Amino acid sequence: MPLIKIRDLHFYRGNRAIFEGVNIDIYQGKITAIMGPSGTGKTTLLRLIGGQLRPDRGTIEVDGQNVHKLSHSDLYALRKRMGMLFQSGALLTDLTVFDNVAFPLREHTKLPESMIHDLVLMKLQSVGLRNARDLMPSELSGGMARRVALARAVTLDPMMIMYDEPFTGQDPISMGTLVNLIHRMNDAMDLTSVIVSHDVAETAEIADYIYLLSAGKVIEKGSPVQLKRSSSQWVQQFMQGLPDGPVPFHYPGDTLEDDLFSQKVST
Amino acid sequence: MIDAIRSLGRWGLSVFERLGRGHLFLFDTLKGVPELFLRFSLVTQQLFSVGVLSVFLILISGLFVGMVLGLQGYNTLVDFGAEESLGVMVSLSLVRELGPVVCALLFAGRAGSALTAEIGLMKSTEQLSGMEMMAVDPMRRVIAPRFLAGFISMPLLAALFSAVGIFGGFLVGHGLLGVDDGAFWSQMQVKTDWYDDVLNGVIKSIVFGFVVTWIALFEGYDATPTSEGVGRATTRTVVHSAFAILGLDFMLTALMFGEE
Repeated sequence: MPLIKIRDLHFYRGNRAIFEGVNIDIYQGKITAIMGPSGTGKTTLLRLIGGQLRPDRGTIEVDGQNVHKLSHSDLYALRKRMGMLFQSGALLTDLTVFDNVAFPLREHTKLPESMIHDLVLMKLQSVGLRNARDLMPSELSGGMARRVALARAVTLDPMMIMYDEPFTGQDPISMGTLVNLIHRMNDAMDLTSVIVSHDVAETAEIADYIYLLSAGKVIEKGSPVQLKRSSSQWVQQFMQGLPDGPVPFHYPGDTLEDDLFSQKVST
Repeated sequence: MIDAIRSLGRWGLSVFERLGRGHLFLFDTLKGVPELFLRFSLVTQQLFSVGVLSVFLILISGLFVGMVLGLQGYNTLVDFGAEESLGVMVSLSLVRELGPVVCALLFAGRAGSALTAEIGLMKSTEQLSGMEMMAVDPMRRVIAPRFLAGFISMPLLAALFSAVGIFGGFLVGHGLLGVDDGAFWSQMQVKTDWYDDVLNGVIKSIVFGFVVTWIALFEGYDATPTSEGVGRATTRTVVHSAFAILGLDFMLTALMFGEE
């Protein structure tokens, strides 16, 4: 029984189709990656799972509950069991690192401040930033901000966590740290992880299962090994990062010969 | 011709759509206000940034507006030998009109634009989405406290503006131009009515505080989440607030003083 079950998902922005009949199963305890080129709606998919957007057709079930049929209070109750790591970290800029991680605890529990203090330090310890607790978000590097956001996302011990492009724009050390953290947290906290990314090597390293999206559809799915052996040219181009292939290097339009040797003279 | 009608129609639809969104936003904001009385510390923080940080600007502006009123009023009144009524003129101008209106315009420029920029940036840096995903409703946690703070701050700032303005008028009238201080204060007290003048001015400032804070927060919340979008939203806050203040001022003045 999958923890997240997406069936016949259709979503449009204006007349543009983002998803047309997407089916995805995400199993408990696994790291599932959703990959695809930029602009395929990977982040949109996370927002649909989190109930921040409504699909035009189809259903998304999380832990047996249809996310888009829940009342406001039930949706918020479900979100307490979902963590999400935004691409930017989305830390509250007027709060320190400590207060950012303590934020969900202070909002949702009546724990005494001494216990909040201990819990926050434990979470910060797990991401290696216990000694950065008094810094403001503006004083953190991009990688540190994401680690703080990760600590905050797991503060309420959720059943699952969604990562939106966790590796984008990271230096190799930060990237290695984040890959290791995501893997370790998934195992140690028995989480279910959904990673949206187009960093093939890093994601394939830790993912148990990968869905490849393009043009609103699931193009391919399988374990990283299966995808690397796929006979599809498109999958090979994406997984190996080839500059030309089914996704052309040149923007579609007139050929170079047409442009250079045509009689048209621009004025 | 058809294109012009079409674009006019599109513009009209977008205006009404925005108005609708703005009213739904206000409804959601007001829903979050009652529970703030249980967590008033959230409002206190905002009272500081919205209200206290505007005090200096309001005091300096009020002082100068009052001083100018004193100078201009004296020059007019002295021709009729009525310079001792300077206190009345300054106080009625400030309490009825300039206090609430100028203060609201300054409030929109200082606090309103800051609120829009803050909320717009929170949106563009995904802080509001982040809160939603942490099961914290940003309407209740972020918007409602700022709304209540703006609503409370504006009448207090307008009162300060009028008080300092009257003092400025007195400084110029008595200190510079030699108007008798007893006449200044006594005529002012006799001719300024608590209900007709002071209370009506307070009502105006309450209405302006409500509208300016609503516009500022809505513009921030509805801003396109880019630096350009936040910049445009901030400009819209100041422009729309100014129109709203001046338009509402005319309507309220007609209602309050129209029959005199």
